[in-house]
Amino acid sequence: MLSLIFRFTGKYKKETIITPILTVIECIFDVLIPYVMSKIIDIGIKGADGANINYVINMGLIMIGLSTLAMICGAVAGRTSAIASTGFVKNLRLAMFDKISSYSFRNIERFEVPSLVTRITKDMRELRMAYVALVRQFFRAPFQLLFCAIMIYNINHRLSLVFWIAIPFLALGLFLIMNIAHPRFRVLMSKFDDMNAKLEENFIAVRVVKTFVRENYEKLKFKATSENVRDFQRRAENIVLLDMPFFNLVTYSCMIAICWLGGNMIITNDLLVGEFMSYLSYLKMILFSLMALSNIMMQVLFAQASVDRVNEVLNEKIDITDEQANQDLLVENGEIEFCNVSFAYNSKASKMALSDINLKIESGQTIGIIGSTGSSKTTLVQLIDRLYDATVGEVKVANHNVKEYTLKHLRDAVAMVLQKNVLFSGTILENLRWGNPNASFEEVVEAAKCAQADDFIRKLPDGYNQYLGQGGVNVSGGQKQRLCIARALLKKPKIIILDDSTSAVDTDTDRRIRTALKEKLADMTTIIIAQRITSIMDADKIVVMNDGKIMDIGNHEELLARNEVYADLFYTQQKGVSE
Amino acid sequence: MSEKKFRQLRTSKVNNMPATIKRIFSFMFKYKIKTVIILLCIVIAALTNVASSYFITPVIDEYVVPFIGMENVDLSNFAKMLVILALIYLSGTIASYLWRKLMSLLSTGMLDDIRTKLFNKMQNMSVSFYDGHTHGELMNYYTNDIDSIRPLVAETFPQVVSTAISIIGVVVMMLNQNLKLAAIAIVSLVIICVISILLGKYGRKYFLEVQKTVSDINGYSEEIFQGLKEVKVFQHEKQCREEFVKYNEKMFSVAVWTNTFAGMLMPINNNLSFFTYAIISIVGSKMAIEGSITIGALASFLLYTRQISGPISNLSSQFNAMMTAIAGAERAFNLIDSEDEVDEGVIELVNVEKDQLGNLTRTANRTGLFGWYNPSDDSITELKGDIRLNDVTFSYEKGHPVLKNVSLYAKPGQKIAFVGSTGAGKTTVTNLINRFYDVDSGSITYDGINVKDIKKSSLRGSLGVVLQDTNLFTGTVLDNIRYGNLNATDQQCIEAAKLANADSFISRLPEGYNTMLTANGSNLSQGQRQLLNIARAAVSDPPVLILDEATSSIDTHTEKLIEKGMDRLMKGRTVFVIAHRLSTVRNSNAIIVLEHGQIIERGDHDDLLKQKGRYYQLYTGAAELD
Repeated sequence: MLSLIFRFTGKYKKETIITPILTVIECIFDVLIPYVMSKIIDIGIKGADGANINYVINMGLIMIGLSTLAMICGAVAGRTSAIASTGFVKNLRLAMFDKISSYSFRNIERFEVPSLVTRITKDMRELRMAYVALVRQFFRAPFQLLFCAIMIYNINHRLSLVFWIAIPFLALGLFLIMNIAHPRFRVLMSKFDDMNAKLEENFIAVRVVKTFVRENYEKLKFKATSENVRDFQRRAENIVLLDMPFFNLVTYSCMIAICWLGGNMIITNDLLVGEFMSYLSYLKMILFSLMALSNIMMQVLFAQASVDRVNEVLNEKIDITDEQANQDLLVENGEIEFCNVSFAYNSKASKMALSDINLKIESGQTIGIIGSTGSSKTTLVQLIDRLYDATVGEVKVANHNVKEYTLKHLRDAVAMVLQKNVLFSGTILENLRWGNPNASFEEVVEAAKCAQADDFIRKLPDGYNQYLGQGGVNVSGGQKQRLCIARALLKKPKIIILDDSTSAVDTDTDRRIRTALKEKLADMTTIIIAQRITSIMDADKIVVMNDGKIMDIGNHEELLARNEVYADLFYTQQKGVSE
Repeated sequence: MSEKKFRQLRTSKVNNMPATIKRIFSFMFKYKIKTVIILLCIVIAALTNVASSYFITPVIDEYVVPFIGMENVDLSNFAKMLVILALIYLSGTIASYLWRKLMSLLSTGMLDDIRTKLFNKMQNMSVSFYDGHTHGELMNYYTNDIDSIRPLVAETFPQVVSTAISIIGVVVMMLNQNLKLAAIAIVSLVIICVISILLGKYGRKYFLEVQKTVSDINGYSEEIFQGLKEVKVFQHEKQCREEFVKYNEKMFSVAVWTNTFAGMLMPINNNLSFFTYAIISIVGSKMAIEGSITIGALASFLLYTRQISGPISNLSSQFNAMMTAIAGAERAFNLIDSEDEVDEGVIELVNVEKDQLGNLTRTANRTGLFGWYNPSDDSITELKGDIRLNDVTFSYEKGHPVLKNVSLYAKPGQKIAFVGSTGAGKTTVTNLINRFYDVDSGSITYDGINVKDIKKSSLRGSLGVVLQDTNLFTGTVLDNIRYGNLNATDQQCIEAAKLANADSFISRLPEGYNTMLTANGSNLSQGQRQLLNIARAAVSDPPVLILDEATSSIDTHTEKLIEKGMDRLMKGRTVFVIAHRLSTVRNSNAIIVLEHGQIIERGDHDDLLKQKGRYYQLYTGAAELD
């Protein structure tokens, strides 16, 4: 927590330092007030020289002054703490966002989206509260305790003994409660997580539930889960609910002890009535500050979970950077070469996802890649765009190792249409311009035509200005894929990689897209990964992948003749067609 | 980015506050005795607290001050009084424990109650309800809305009662002891209340803005993180950052004000009470000198003034949380009150026995024969699996029909395949047969009975559906297969797995059929999940089957397994297939080619090839290089 504060307070340092200072000053003034009051009673009313109304008024004005100053300090501290804490989370939130957007694919895959969103919203709220607690209550409570302790000790050594017994007793009790409760709350949190996972599972599978008419079964299942959460909630609360009664018990015991001992001391003239009254005020202030302290501890303990989650994001090591890049190097052409490339998704993996890949693709060629799931086709092409870095060997584009280009230059030249295509909320035009923010409308239309998207876009009520919901919810799967291809084409790339990007497009449209690419963008190297053999069989070269290795390379006829896997695939898919 | 209708705002605006609060209480009052004891205990605890300040008056005035400087004083009365006081305190402490304990039981029980009700309601909702809400939105009901009810009931409610009792108690005591000082204290109390309300009001204005901004940040970051790979591929980081900074700055500019008001509340109120403390000290001392008040009474007054400012600021600082909670409760209640999926059907699916004469009688045993039982005339029709669509038109959104005047029939045991491009309406046909949606016009009949007259549970029970996406549940492989038929024995589940061709991969899993699947079976491959999907349908052994072929890519070996499994599953049943591969279609009794919601061709494979229409095009398009 503290290290986060030091790193991200940024320009709000001033407020962060002022807040505790003001808080401590406020607290000193507050503590003085009951003392002044005791003087009014003991000197002003019951003084040795008789009542002294002037003294009462003078002292009273001092009290008013003290409380006014305290109020100003407190209010200003309220404002500065608001600025400091809100500013702190603002900085932190942006740092998180920056960090996340610098993630490589490997980093991205380590986190779930909802969990990232939680970290950037809910966790920030927790941290802000903890921050305020740290700059205000965390200073206020101990100082209040300290100052009050000094006051009561000065007023009367003997009577203050009551506190020397009560304070450790209360502190120990609160500490024990916290210590037992905290792990129980942790368990409770995990029970909540379990329940949420089950809920989500149910929502996702709603059609399955409905088709099998399992509504009642699901209700029973959830009832058990919900009751489980309830029981653990009770178990956790059982402990914390002791907090207040215990606090009351100690306070009341102190009051009775002070009444009895103090009363006796007054009678024997060892204590003055005003002092006795100030003791009663200090009693509440001291015990409340202990209670506050335990609440802060609890809050910081809970915030620790948020701190951990935030740190996890911030400390994630980015594995793909521009470190070795030459800033000025541009991609000249679409030639690609893999030299002895091997790749593993993580260093502990027992098996290489890719091994001993050697492949040369001439600029302007069309390459098809085919192979069963898990044969690492996608992995192979992702190395070209440096979505991952090769573990062993070299990947070259236009005769330079991909690491020599900046990510910007490399990815501008290599357009990749990902398997899971994503569109963003905004108009179709806005979405397509992701490819090139400066593209003219004509260029956009041309790209859309090439991707066979123009026709359906024009049929939409608002055409190119049709608003798409988040994730492109209002277009079909095949239409989405075509929009994604158009978007990639707008980059005017040297290389385009279509990773199973036409699976939801019907075969006819699929063929038209390929024809358009070949005719209009002849200089562009095209790499097509597909399941449908028809999507790749007219490629210049077809790479057959199996188990992370290149099994064979050749054109359709060659492979059909000599490669069993390819032929097998072909005949399964064409069964019935080639009777 | 003008319309953001796809994002639901979750603010703390409450539409009908009294009704919602009443509703929350109605959940509480289910536990009548507990509620009464809780209220009683809160009152006792609050009064004890008031008493603790009051008793300082007699302590000082009666038992201490008169004896100052005297020797050999008889303190037994003083001791007696303190013992009585101790007993009062003890009962107050016990009361304060008791209400917390009971409240914990009550509030957790109540939460469980609401949660279960909400879930049960959701189970009764139609598929279109789920279409209209993202999973995140649905989750929010549980993680935000219901959760915020707990502090409302367990903390805020007792605090309101306790603060009210304390204020009344203190005011009564003060009025009893000294009118003039009481007047000063009450004026200060009113000022504190007014300041709390004002700060709360300003804070709230910004708080609503904050909530809106939070939901914007939420939505924006969710979308960007969802598409982060896309952002990387298109090098769009800078633009995204600019947009995010806008939201982030907006957030700061509004949040800093809510936080300011919240941060100022406590010190202002706390020091206002010290201010009052000072004034009462002066005025009280003056009065004490004049003899119009005792020192003991003054001491009590000083404690009173410190006693009530805390709870008031506390309550007021919770105001926003309280409104959020009420708004959350309202949302949850609105959903609980919404209409269930309509089911006007009465005809039930029953097991039947057939005698030699062909007469059907209802039986409790699973005979493998089914009938439709119509309670209105006590008749039974045999289930054969004859399904017809008569002139069906349907639209998800008004004015955008997805199916237009579609008529088709499937005779018992026939295999009907749907072919057509994405969005042509293939899946919609099956969604109408199992009544995920209802037709706009036209009708669908099942063995001559309009599906609307059949109970949904019976209708769906008679249909086996293999959906395009496989959803698995947390549990063992066996549990997941058994989902198709809860009464199936282990042996039957294994048989079904064998039929679906899933047995071989399952046996190779670390713990075979007892392997735990988590997170929607993420430890299985796409193909393996589909095999389980088929096994699940197989164990339910339905007379009519709807297969929505998966589009996702699967390796050839598994694909062959799946195909064989499907073939075996289809044997002897009426089957609707939504085909994505023409190879699965060939041996169908009828192939229906859908385009733009209309049937453009129908016939068997050979007929359609002869027609040289769309089917022929698709077919030859795929076989172009032959």
